[in-house]
Amino acid sequence: MQYPLGSEVKKDFPILSTILPNGKRLVYLDNAATTQKPIQVINAVADFYKFTNANVARSAHYLGEKTTIAYNDARKEVAKFINADYDEIIFTSGTTESINTVAYGWGDENLSEGDEIVVMTSEHHSDFVPWQQLALRKKAHFKVVPLREDGTIDIDTIKRYVSPKTKIVACAGMTNSFGVINPIQEIGHIAHKLGAVFVVDGAQSVPSMPTDVKQIDADFLSFSGHKMLAPMGIGVLYVKRSIIESLKPFLTGGGMIDEVKNDSTTFACAPDRYEAGTPNVEGAIGLATAIKYLKKIGMGRILEHERDLLAYAYEKLSSVDRVILYGPKDIEKRGGILSFNIKGIHPHDVASILDANGVAIRSGHHCAQPILRSLNVEFMATARASFYVYNEKSDIDVLVDAIEDAKRRFL
Amino acid sequence: MRDFSDLYAEIIMDHQKHPRNFGTLPIFDKEVQMTNSSCGDQISLQVKFEDGKIKDIKFMGIGCAISMASASVMTEIVKGMDVKEAKKISGEFIEMVTNGKEPADDLKDARAFSGVNKYPMRVKCATLAWHAIQKALSD
Repeated sequence: MQYPLGSEVKKDFPILSTILPNGKRLVYLDNAATTQKPIQVINAVADFYKFTNANVARSAHYLGEKTTIAYNDARKEVAKFINADYDEIIFTSGTTESINTVAYGWGDENLSEGDEIVVMTSEHHSDFVPWQQLALRKKAHFKVVPLREDGTIDIDTIKRYVSPKTKIVACAGMTNSFGVINPIQEIGHIAHKLGAVFVVDGAQSVPSMPTDVKQIDADFLSFSGHKMLAPMGIGVLYVKRSIIESLKPFLTGGGMIDEVKNDSTTFACAPDRYEAGTPNVEGAIGLATAIKYLKKIGMGRILEHERDLLAYAYEKLSSVDRVILYGPKDIEKRGGILSFNIKGIHPHDVASILDANGVAIRSGHHCAQPILRSLNVEFMATARASFYVYNEKSDIDVLVDAIEDAKRRFL
Repeated sequence: MRDFSDLYAEIIMDHQKHPRNFGTLPIFDKEVQMTNSSCGDQISLQVKFEDGKIKDIKFMGIGCAISMASASVMTEIVKGMDVKEAKKISGEFIEMVTNGKEPADDLKDARAFSGVNKYPMRVKCATLAWHAIQKALSD
């Protein structure tokens, strides 16, 4: 039997039964910012502290062994989830740390003056600023690929931006601003043909669709646990085995060494080499539990579910006067994110009125100022509703009513 | 939000719909531009001084209802005021919104913004115009 989706999984998420102080039922549509956690994940984290907690890979006692086994098992689970090998998975605090690990650990070592870094205009700031700053440190060229009006990428434009001088091409699997699914396999192919490494920001795509690093042929792939039902503060950096030796550890210290002498240190093998200090074991266990939960549903079904909700919301909102919808009209090019504006009402006011109706959405620039600036979006900000496994069509009905309420009050 | 009026008091909605002193001055002594980078609110303020008083003031800007209404209320309050008094009152407003201090009586209509303190995401919107006037009066 298939694991349910929508209303029937809501029971797994205690927070979704929240009644707001004004008596409204919580309708949580801010999943692209962070997702809620099922009781299975909450229990896994609590159980770790009740029955397992010790430091990892250090202490040869009952709890120490138990913790180390649990941490290793979590890494195996993550590796399997994206079709990687165990020693290609590095645990980090999240996508931001993962990308900075590559920018400092690979970029600073392998870039020279005059080299190029190519990113898309739609990148999240965490996949934009580290590359821009790396370019400034190395006097490299930072090239930002413009997009079509609907936020999608034109492959021919990318071909014009990537050259033999390009060392890094960075692109999100799915954009967090408009939910556009990028053709990463093709982009990776262009990058590799000209000798660049291909860095994929999977923060938005990994939670919502099947991910196979071998199929994408990514050299680096980052994602965060908190956007896929796992705790905050745990993330992943996948590094392709064939290039892992060219990645210098960005943080040094305990747990990542082989031998330490007064004047030199040799480092441990991957992945330990990249995990200095006591790691976030509870987070890793929470992430593995979240992955098991998502796999029960099936990643393909999750994308389908998000698209069903998106299509429903898109159709309903496109007939609402003054509502502007961003992103491609073709639902097949998107995941469950819908950025919109109500002409003449600032998105922060929209978010506050929606909040008064119990609906939680995000408003602002979504850490993606370059794309909003390039498209001349009014107020340089949008309102954004984003859907996940526990959302259902009735949530969108509440959203649409709340938008009408905002119009009544402000226009 | 508990209720719409928690954040959007009637006075605020009135100033949002009918902003006072909106526009530019033909002659002015000081011009200040300020943005609230977390939301993209922008304000531009022009001030004309005479005998240690704010003779005239106008603002232009784009932003949310809170930021624009706050700018409108601010210009209405400080227009005609002593520079010293305007400095004091803008400090009181920022204290009220940022730290939840009891609103001072001389804040008049601006007391409607006291509720913003409970919404940390909106504090910067409400204080933008008041930071701008402080800057205009500072040197």
